[in-house]
Amino acid sequence: MPRNLWSRVTLVAVMVVLSGWYLYPPKRTINLGLDLQGGTHLVLGVEADKYVASQTDRAAEDLKATLERKGVAVKRIAREGDATVVVELASPQSWNDALTAAAELQNFERRDENQGAGRFKLVMSERVVSRLRDDAVRQGLETIRNRVDQFGVAEPTITRQGSDRILIQLPGIHDVARAKALIGKTALLEFKLLDERVSVEEALKGNLPDTDELLYQRRVDKETKTERKTPYVVQKRALLTGAELTRAEVQADPNSPGNWQVSIEFTATGTRIFGEVTEQNVGKHLAIVLDGSVYSAPRINERIPGGRAVITGQFTVDEARDLAIVLRAGALPAPVTILEERTVGPSLGADSIRQGLIAISASAAVVFVFMLFYYRLSGLIADVALGLNLLLLFACMAAIGATLTLPGLAGIALTVGMAVDTNILIFERIREELRLGKTPRASIEAGFRRALRTIIDTHLTVMGTAVILLSFGTSSVKGFGASLFIGLAASLFTAYFFTRLLFDVVYMGRRKVDAISI
Amino acid sequence: MIELFKNPNYDFIGKRKWAYYVSIAFTLIGLTSLVAMGGLRYDIDFTGGTLVQVRFEQAPSVAQIRSSLSTIHLGESVIQRFGDEREFIIRLPLAAASSEEVQKRVQSALSAGGLGKFEIRRLEFVGPQVGRDLQLQAVYLVLVGLVWITIYIALRFDLRGGVAAVIAVVHDVLVCLGALSITNREFSLPVLAALLTIIGYSVNDTIVAYDRLRENRGKMVPKGRTFADQMNDAVNQTLSRTILTSLTTFFSAAVLLFFGGKTLEDFAFVLFVGVITGTYSTTYVAAAIVVDWTRYVEGRLRRSKKAVAKA
Repeated sequence: MPRNLWSRVTLVAVMVVLSGWYLYPPKRTINLGLDLQGGTHLVLGVEADKYVASQTDRAAEDLKATLERKGVAVKRIAREGDATVVVELASPQSWNDALTAAAELQNFERRDENQGAGRFKLVMSERVVSRLRDDAVRQGLETIRNRVDQFGVAEPTITRQGSDRILIQLPGIHDVARAKALIGKTALLEFKLLDERVSVEEALKGNLPDTDELLYQRRVDKETKTERKTPYVVQKRALLTGAELTRAEVQADPNSPGNWQVSIEFTATGTRIFGEVTEQNVGKHLAIVLDGSVYSAPRINERIPGGRAVITGQFTVDEARDLAIVLRAGALPAPVTILEERTVGPSLGADSIRQGLIAISASAAVVFVFMLFYYRLSGLIADVALGLNLLLLFACMAAIGATLTLPGLAGIALTVGMAVDTNILIFERIREELRLGKTPRASIEAGFRRALRTIIDTHLTVMGTAVILLSFGTSSVKGFGASLFIGLAASLFTAYFFTRLLFDVVYMGRRKVDAISI
Repeated sequence: MIELFKNPNYDFIGKRKWAYYVSIAFTLIGLTSLVAMGGLRYDIDFTGGTLVQVRFEQAPSVAQIRSSLSTIHLGESVIQRFGDEREFIIRLPLAAASSEEVQKRVQSALSAGGLGKFEIRRLEFVGPQVGRDLQLQAVYLVLVGLVWITIYIALRFDLRGGVAAVIAVVHDVLVCLGALSITNREFSLPVLAALLTIIGYSVNDTIVAYDRLRENRGKMVPKGRTFADQMNDAVNQTLSRTILTSLTTFFSAAVLLFFGGKTLEDFAFVLFVGVITGTYSTTYVAAAIVVDWTRYVEGRLRRSKKAVAKA
């Protein structure tokens, strides 16, 4: 008996058992891509610049407040670009006070100073800008994960892609439009006072003070499907935002049967601020603004101490539920846009699986029959090795959690074709040695040895291209690369090592070998 | 034992002059088609746009779909039958409208068009940035693939072999792209994957021949065998393996092409063409170039030696 025969048999047996363990049950263990099981693939772009701009705005407001406190008269404080604040003082006399105040903004550097004109700029440092951009994407990702979890999708994938993109994969969802609305909504909830000194007519003409803005209330008539827009003049400054929110629940709207509303509850700080705001502004109107649209603008009749409010807007129960989810999960730090969307319906996925399996079985069948016909017993050995190859391939994919996609299935069909190449190389080599007049045993020995170098070279080059495919961002190409790579790695083992083992078992055990069936 | 060839000894390398013409002719045909068609037709993966795959309950005509879509003003749409007669693919160019908006409008236009019940089975939207990124990445992928192969072969064999193998691969890629263009197919992500596979396959084949040549040259070379003869021997010795492997891979690709369904059709088509040209280019592009290159180098060496001897 050849050396190590038993340890080699044990190794193969262990691999087969392991494969079975990883693969059972196949429905649960093999990760199907969205193109096979149906679902939605979304790539969102985070507008991180807007987050930087909002942080700059906040810094400008802080500075304005500090200067006011110090009694420094200011002509203008405004954001310029995304990361610059321009400060113009009313008079250069208070220059030093202004600089002390500006020094409190740690993330900014002073530039373009002009003491005579009382003017300087504050520029956010590169380092801080890139940190903020990164924060915007990371917080956005967390928020979206939260929303998707609450929405209830089985096994979603939410990962960061590149510097400012988020990849979301939602397998098996049916109402794609609703999921997209849920994910893509910025959900910035703000409470702002109406400016009742300015008439809406004046505002529509463009006569609007710096501190105000014109926002609309949008109502869609359920019967005619037409949208009605009502303008409101609102103070820009938000008195309270959704950040101070602890709960959001769906309720039936008592004033409008059949519609739903969302009741919200504030944190302790939020409750205090809400109490103060309502106390100081009795008689005025408070607009509830979500993502730049006014939902309602009720009159404040008295101080509201309990820290509760209601958002109404003729919501259906689903709309109200989704709004409650996004409010609970919090606002996205920056708006997102859909850069890429791929949705596959479940029926198409099922068709693809069927066709892919037919293609694999057919190509395997062609190869099986051909090998058996051409190489006889050796062909049978190659076929068994091919079977093991497929088993290992699927087990590996299950073990490392690789995703099987439609191009991935094609990759497997191709692996089948290329895996037998190894066996053909070896068998042709053995035949050559036989022709030279060597004994069967010596021919097997020499055939395997001589073919090895070529086999390693061919496998490494193709595995190299598979790795390049794997580095490609798109899941369909990645899936193809994954199955090609794993298939070839498995083929190195099965077509060489395992075939050799079978040859040893069949031929080397006997005392005398007269001929090889090849 | 069934044998395709018994001790084959065909003069492959000797016919390489003709093969150069054939290779150049096929490459030129491909390039001409590409130029005439104004370049490759890129799928929305690369251009950006919207693709909607719809299955109707009753088979409508392309004209019916087109007229019902004409009301929504989303630009020039391409409507193709996909697989059976009830299934269609509608491609829309990038529009100012968002993906949701496009989807909504298509859905309502089809409902209003009186085409009966339908199901949207697939919807893909690719924004302009993503399309541009993918174009860049595709070029980058192919280049990295070629560089990897040159380096690998140059290290394992020699630089001449590496360069010749890459020329062979470029030839195969050009022929495949030409075939895509002539058959009016689109360049999509799966097609890109197929091209990279063909790059791997073509090199695989070339390496087998190089390997044999190197092995033979390691042994005693019979007197009077020129480098061209030795290359021809290597090609002949690996001939049965080349033909057998090409056949099995070719069958696999053919099965994918005919049974893989419409979605995999373009992918399988490139493999189908690529297996043929990849097998051909091993001998008639890669090996032929190595032979002529070596002859050129050896000829110059001999001449310079003679010049030295004379002086």
